[in-house]
Amino acid sequence: MTTVAELPAFGPDPTPEDAPFWEAAAEDRLVLPRCRGCATFIWYPRSFCPQCHSPKGVEWVPASGRGTVYSFTVSHRGMGPYSEHAPYVVAYVELEEGPRVLTNIVGADLDTLGIGDPVTIVFQPAGQSKVPRFGPA
Amino acid sequence: MTIRGKAFIAGAFEHPGRELPDLSVSQIHAEVAAGALADAGLGFGDVDAYFCAGDAPGFGPLSMAEYLGLRCSYVDSTETGGSSYVVHAGHAAAIAEGKCQVALVTLAGKPRTGGAYPGAAGRMANAPESNFERWQGMPGAVGGYALAAQRHMYEFGTTSEQLAEIKVAASLHAQHNPDAFLRKAVTVEEVLDSPMVSSPLRRMDCCVVTDGGGAVVLVSPEVARDLPRRTAKVLGHGEAPKHTDNGRIDLTYSGAVWSGPRALDEAGVAVGDVDYASIYDSFTITVVETIEDLGFCAKGEGGRFVSDGALVAPYGKLPFNTDGGGLCNNHPANRGGMTKIIEAVRQLRGEAHPPVQVPDCEIALVHGTGGSLGTRMGSATLILGREDA
Ligand SMILES: [Zn+2]
Repeated sequence: MTTVAELPAFGPDPTPEDAPFWEAAAEDRLVLPRCRGCATFIWYPRSFCPQCHSPKGVEWVPASGRGTVYSFTVSHRGMGPYSEHAPYVVAYVELEEGPRVLTNIVGADLDTLGIGDPVTIVFQPAGQSKVPRFGPA
Repeated sequence: MTIRGKAFIAGAFEHPGRELPDLSVSQIHAEVAAGALADAGLGFGDVDAYFCAGDAPGFGPLSMAEYLGLRCSYVDSTETGGSSYVVHAGHAAAIAEGKCQVALVTLAGKPRTGGAYPGAAGRMANAPESNFERWQGMPGAVGGYALAAQRHMYEFGTTSEQLAEIKVAASLHAQHNPDAFLRKAVTVEEVLDSPMVSSPLRRMDCCVVTDGGGAVVLVSPEVARDLPRRTAKVLGHGEAPKHTDNGRIDLTYSGAVWSGPRALDEAGVAVGDVDYASIYDSFTITVVETIEDLGFCAKGEGGRFVSDGALVAPYGKLPFNTDGGGLCNNHPANRGGMTKIIEAVRQLRGEAHPPVQVPDCEIALVHGTGGSLGTRMGSATLILGREDA
């Protein structure tokens, strides 16, 4: 079992485009960009909608932080600073709002973890902000 | 405009080296270029088009055309990872447009003794997704393919035993290839006993990491006519990069669902006409998804399809990767697209190792995969025919 504090966390290098995401994460809040034209939630965050390319742009809205495991892998190797933390879980989590995001599952039993498991967000300090990882709901 | 029958692969050369600490990457490019030109019966002075990808040092074709001493009327450095060279062969359609007559495509690298080629890390540093996909500790390429494998198993019941069958088939072929990095035939049990790397993929589900390279020379019909060598006819090409689709990524299929039909349509052949298939095999799961997406079996049936020796040459349902593929022979520069073309040319010329030569091989399919399976991936399919096809 990997606890959230055990995994290395590298600070993001926020751009003007994704800064709102990292400012919210620093306060333990998940926000997602949503298209003002077609209301699609956008991932990864960017300043326009790759779905409909609406000129109305995007707005940042709070997300639930709940999701389910879409796929996962238990890394037994890890590279660089991660090598000493193996085994740990890299996963795609499907957020309630729709996007499937690349993240880690922490605090889960590796023998029973499965696709479809409900998970909830945890924020781990990383540089000037925090990165979103997920634990069992 | 179609490229069918308007370009021929006249020369193909695979570097025999698997560990080349004493050669620079440029030198390896030069050696494979010389080898492929000699195979075609041509010289450097005949080349008027040059193709290379992200493994080429420096400023791509600008640096390499100078290094090789080429005078070109056409260059292309399309970079779609390991699928690049299959794309290049298709882009040699420029021959059909009359832009060039003799196109050289090269690949070279030394990830085994020289580390990753310079530039890859730099390219990713400013990728727009970088802030969201670099802190998860993805264990190299295997992680992305493992995520795809896990989902494929979940949706379709694909098993580790079925994935192992792919490695077994590749190893049965590799034992006949004196240059293959791994020449020992393995069993399903041995694959399943190999250490887990990134679940559900084990060490033997992964391709080898080797130095080396390869090159092919494509020529116009006029040039082909005057060459002493048997050639392979380019019949069709399709390419289709796939991406994460605004976070709605589906890991169970690849870009081959688009590139395959495009190539087959242009070639005017059906999957049932394919005698031999070079299928990119960076990992065993890559093969399962690709053969489904190309239409050799229904979606989700790939695991069952590869069982019972289906991939074993020369008499399986779909003889594949008869050089041992990336899983056993080589994966120069961590990019297998070039060697996939080369083995298809050998099959069509009847020059594969005799125990794995497909009898009367008339149509070959080549598929290249780049990047990460189902995520941000290059996908390219090439249909080749025997000279008289
Ligand atoms: Zn939109």
